[in-house]
Amino acid sequence: MTVLEVFADPTPAEEPAGPPPPVIELRGLGRAFPGTPPVEALRSVDLKVEAREYVSIVGPSGSGKSTLLHILGLLDRPTSGDYLLDGVSTAEATEDQRAALRGGRIGFVFQSFHLLPHRSVLDNVLLATLYSGVPRVERRDRALAALDRVGLSHRLEFMPTVLSGGERQRVAVARAVMTQPHVLLADEPTGNLDSENSAGVLDLFDELHADGLTLVVITHDAAVSRRAERSVRIADGTLTEVVA
Amino acid sequence: MTGSPAEVTTARAEEAETGAAPETTADGAPRPRRGRRPGRLGSPWRRLRQRRADRRAAREVSRGGAAAGDLFGVRDLVAEAAHGIGARPARLLLTIVGTVLGIGSLVVTVGLAQTAAGQISRQFDAVASTQVTVEPATARTQGGERATGRIPWDVEDRMMRLAGIEAVGGVSAVDVADAEITAVPVNDPAAAATVSPQVLAATPGLLEAVRGQVVTGRFFDAGHDERADRVVVLGSRAATRLGVNRVDRQPSIFIDGRPYTVIGVIGDVSRRTDLLDAVILPMGTARSDFELSVLEEAHARIAIGAGPVVGEQVPIALAPNDPESVNVQVPPPPSAVQQNVQADINAIFLALGAVALLVGGLGIANVTLLSVRERIGEIGLRRALGATRKNIGSQFLVESAVIGLLGGLIGSALGVAVVLVVSLSKEWTPILDTWVVLGSSVLGAVIGLLAGTYPALKAAAIEPITALRGGT
Repeated sequence: MTVLEVFADPTPAEEPAGPPPPVIELRGLGRAFPGTPPVEALRSVDLKVEAREYVSIVGPSGSGKSTLLHILGLLDRPTSGDYLLDGVSTAEATEDQRAALRGGRIGFVFQSFHLLPHRSVLDNVLLATLYSGVPRVERRDRALAALDRVGLSHRLEFMPTVLSGGERQRVAVARAVMTQPHVLLADEPTGNLDSENSAGVLDLFDELHADGLTLVVITHDAAVSRRAERSVRIADGTLTEVVA
Repeated sequence: MTGSPAEVTTARAEEAETGAAPETTADGAPRPRRGRRPGRLGSPWRRLRQRRADRRAAREVSRGGAAAGDLFGVRDLVAEAAHGIGARPARLLLTIVGTVLGIGSLVVTVGLAQTAAGQISRQFDAVASTQVTVEPATARTQGGERATGRIPWDVEDRMMRLAGIEAVGGVSAVDVADAEITAVPVNDPAAAATVSPQVLAATPGLLEAVRGQVVTGRFFDAGHDERADRVVVLGSRAATRLGVNRVDRQPSIFIDGRPYTVIGVIGDVSRRTDLLDAVILPMGTARSDFELSVLEEAHARIAIGAGPVVGEQVPIALAPNDPESVNVQVPPPPSAVQQNVQADINAIFLALGAVALLVGGLGIANVTLLSVRERIGEIGLRRALGATRKNIGSQFLVESAVIGLLGGLIGSALGVAVVLVVSLSKEWTPILDTWVVLGSSVLGAVIGLLAGTYPALKAAAIEPITALRGGT
């Protein structure tokens, strides 16, 4: 079943068949970068992330973490294998369909926050509504609610440049969750934060998870990884479950 | 999130609707046409809402059920572009300078050309294009030049009947031999001989035909003419020479010893300026007192554009038996040479404006390219948030088009100001086609659009991964 078929069919075939499909399912996924010799960043990776799971992916730098995140975020395409998002293969999706999926189902939190420096906190959060099809009348309310959720209601008109790192990352989280994504992908969310701010952001993640959000956090920090329910280690392009 | 918003969403939600919705309804059947659905009852509003709900449901599937409603629409596009432009005001100013200069010089060139042309045609309109002169045809004979035709005494009546003629008057020099013309009849043999002012005979309509103004008193009328009253009207300079400056006490002048009552003084004529130096007699008076035998010339004021018709009809009206014997000078066409010179000057200035515009366009392209490079992180972020390549490209395209439009607007405004100042200093009437001003502003936008195409393509081609790796 491809994305295209789902587009035409409003009732996913899986729905009556018992449990919902995993939010993320990687089947023998590989990603090689051309070169001499070709670099295999990911080799036949299999991974399932069920709805409402909180998974951390840990590994040293150069282990393929970023490549995996880019593929999970539909920013990159695998060279082999398949990636099923909500049980639907993304292999056949066009660029625009992938963009629509990014906007509608995936929320990103980056290590370097990626806030627009010349726009207010509220504008930065509203940015996510532009491409995800949130009705115009709901946009502001939802952005305000999301900012309230991360505890930044008092910073609406501030510029990101005057916020602390922790506040910036919370703005980024508000932006990521306000479109109600199926999964939140965080790439080293605490990489640029001190321990106090890190703890704040991780507490926020815990709360969001408790509210039912699926989280995938990529990190090399064991402290961050420990907060997740489940941990997966990536090394040399292969995944192994970490048993707590 | 899906139910109630569908009910409350207003038409605004519909405007931004894009092609994202697939062309099938919830049950996979082809979408019903937008028109009236047979068999469905209820108010139009209900139908509209139902249709919206259908479309919403369809779109929701395509967006993965995550959200439904406004995708990146025109309003969002313009708002984002405006923010992008407004972020760096100083750079914006530098960017638009080229366009401002180009559009400005364009408007100034066209504006000054139009103003100058208007100036010429206004002068042309005022006198040349509405003035007709009629003379008897002449033939060269052994004895010199002599008239072969004549202008009838009732020239006024004959010509006024023609369409397009507004005023007619005949005029002729009167031969008074060596008659002395004085204000006071003094016989003083010791006095030096003075040159007498010229004596002219005119029909009553002449004053209006040559657009003369009465300084004081009045011009004679048909009654004076018929009765051959001994009245005169003085030209303003002749009046000064004769020492007549007011007519309320009915001063007289003496021509060959005969007294003539001065009834008025005229000044400021646009044709036959010799009238100002002359003593003007009614034609009837001149005929009876000085045996005036012929009218030398007739002047007429015509409606604008009546020249060709008048030129054809006047000879027939004045000399039905021999139209050839009357020459009519109708308004000449504007000088072709003058137009050519003007066209050359315009071409040079327009070329300069075009070069400035080219430079302006390159400036916009350059800065937009720079901006794309600087904002790679932002582009990556937008792509990650679900923006398509088209969204990104159109944002930068709109940004550069708006920059061009701004430059065009400022340039047009400055150009209009320059035309205005130049016109004021030269006491011209500024003339500027509204469409030139509006068109130049739009031209600025078009240049911005063209200049932004390459940077926009570059921006759209940026891979989100590389963009995000850079960080901001």
